[in-house]
Amino acid sequence: MGSLFGPLTDVAGDAGHGHDGEHPPRMGFFTDTSVCIGCKACEVACKEWNDVPDDGYLLTGMSYDNTQELGASTWRHVAFVEKPVTTTDLGLPGMGPPGWDGYDSGVPSGDEGADQATASGDGGVRWLMSSDVCKHCTHAACLDVCPTGSLFRTEFGTVVVQPDICNGCGYCVPACPYGVIDIRKEDGRAFKCTLCYDRLKDGETPACAKACPTESIQYGEVSELRQRADRRLAELHEKGVDVARLYGRDPDDGVGGDGAFFLLLDEPEVYGLPPDPVVTTRDLGSMWRNVGAAALALAGLGVASFVGRRS
Amino acid sequence: MSGQPNGRHRGGERSVVPEVEFESYYGRQILKTPTWQPLDIAGYLFLGGLAGASGVLAEGAAWTGRPGLERVARIAAVGGVGLGTVALVHDLGRPSRFVNMLRVLKPTSPMSVGSFILAPFAGLSTVALASNLTGRLPLLGRASGVGAGVFGPALATYTAALIGDTAVPSWHEGHKEMPFVFAGSASSAAGGLALVVAPRAENGPARRMAVGGAALELASGELMKRRMGLAAEPYRTGGSGRMMKAAEALTAVGALGSLVGRSRPVTVLAGACLVAGSVLTRFGIFKAGVVSAEDPKYTVIPQRERVEAAAAQPAGRL
Repeated sequence: MGSLFGPLTDVAGDAGHGHDGEHPPRMGFFTDTSVCIGCKACEVACKEWNDVPDDGYLLTGMSYDNTQELGASTWRHVAFVEKPVTTTDLGLPGMGPPGWDGYDSGVPSGDEGADQATASGDGGVRWLMSSDVCKHCTHAACLDVCPTGSLFRTEFGTVVVQPDICNGCGYCVPACPYGVIDIRKEDGRAFKCTLCYDRLKDGETPACAKACPTESIQYGEVSELRQRADRRLAELHEKGVDVARLYGRDPDDGVGGDGAFFLLLDEPEVYGLPPDPVVTTRDLGSMWRNVGAAALALAGLGVASFVGRRS
Repeated sequence: MSGQPNGRHRGGERSVVPEVEFESYYGRQILKTPTWQPLDIAGYLFLGGLAGASGVLAEGAAWTGRPGLERVARIAAVGGVGLGTVALVHDLGRPSRFVNMLRVLKPTSPMSVGSFILAPFAGLSTVALASNLTGRLPLLGRASGVGAGVFGPALATYTAALIGDTAVPSWHEGHKEMPFVFAGSASSAAGGLALVVAPRAENGPARRMAVGGAALELASGELMKRRMGLAAEPYRTGGSGRMMKAAEALTAVGALGSLVGRSRPVTVLAGACLVAGSVLTRFGIFKAGVVSAEDPKYTVIPQRERVEAAAAQPAGRL
């Protein structure tokens, strides 16, 4: 059993793949959402390569997002956030239907409004796009709670379900702090992104990153990707894009850092991501201690019930 | 639309604090809804508790020479664990692979640990009951009864870690007190059932176990709700809140009735109230967790507060 919380330098080693050097380096994704154009090539490439079944056709009304969320049959999900931008009314014709007098959302203009995401002009919308994926956490709750050993840590430090072992108990589903993994109803088993384990073993780039036309999805060694992300963040901040921030990059966060992390242009919850996820097994020691104490209390109550008066 | 707070009020006038505004992605939930079926899993939480505490009750009865109570409690233990196992297997996406539960023993997975509590308890309590019913192999029967008595408290309480070891706010945030709620609820169910069916002359211990369990359940449940912050809301409002209130009322009435009344009808009614209270407690807790998973505010607001508190402390996060 590996460690349950905190930073971890050798994720695969902690899971029993030997010392550093005896296994490949930790591989992952850096998704730079500032250059995502919402083309959904990643969604399509993932479905094609991994033979992920159709998950229904639905027009949601949520901007261009008809995929809705990650799930058993959706391993990449492009989120589209349309946020109204406050503008001063100059009495000029703008966009929108007749009689529509523009948005007033309270989003401050000025420094914060000057980022590239708000470049759509008067009365416009700030449009954020982001391709979400399984985070391949350093401390993965889904893997920790899996009772069959179906979920495992690969030699690349990624987290993968073995479909030939999964019995569909569903424990991983509420355990994931990001709401990524789910049960495929018609199949009964749990599925999620494998970070293209089969391709990795052949030294190939995962399908989504390969298909991404803008290099929003970057694949590589996690240690190298973290440096690249830091450089990109510094570059954006230098250009005045103060809203840029990294998400899941910090090895000191609640899941020990993500193997797939992001550069975002707004708060995580705006994209449907939890602002401060914590792996539930951080508290496992306390849980077992309290279970032990409660079990003793029950046994004690049982003994006490039979002591004393005879009736 | 993002930026719209989820401003609907639940459960009328209870909220003293104004709704906190928070952002979300089109108001959608962040966590996945547990795929567990309420009847299977909330049902198992109850049945496992009933079985585990009945195993303890049966052993006490055996040691103190109360054959009527022992028989009843042994049947409750086997019936509870048997039905509970059926419910668990039924809930699997691939029921034919249920044996994979015993493929590995993982301390990080309460479901795995629980399988290694459930399996021996089921075996031991079945042997103990079979010996008790047939009178054969009395030594093995007695030894098995002791074994079931040892595994019983673990069976009744590990399920608190099972639901606590998830990201579901109203389950996880109660992980310290939930084991005691479950221990109490299990004791009141086992004691309550024995009050309904055991011979009156022998049911004194069942009465004491039921009342003690009810007190433990109510006290630790109250403490849990006070400590868990926003995640306590589903325990107070909406459908899950009504289930919890009904559970508390039934448990309190049952405990009081079994203390005060000594007549057969009052005892039976009180016992039935305690069993029903335990059932509703488990279904209420299950439902509260589902509610907290499906509304992003229970995920976002406490985490956002944590981030802001950490940012206010330049020394860094804890």
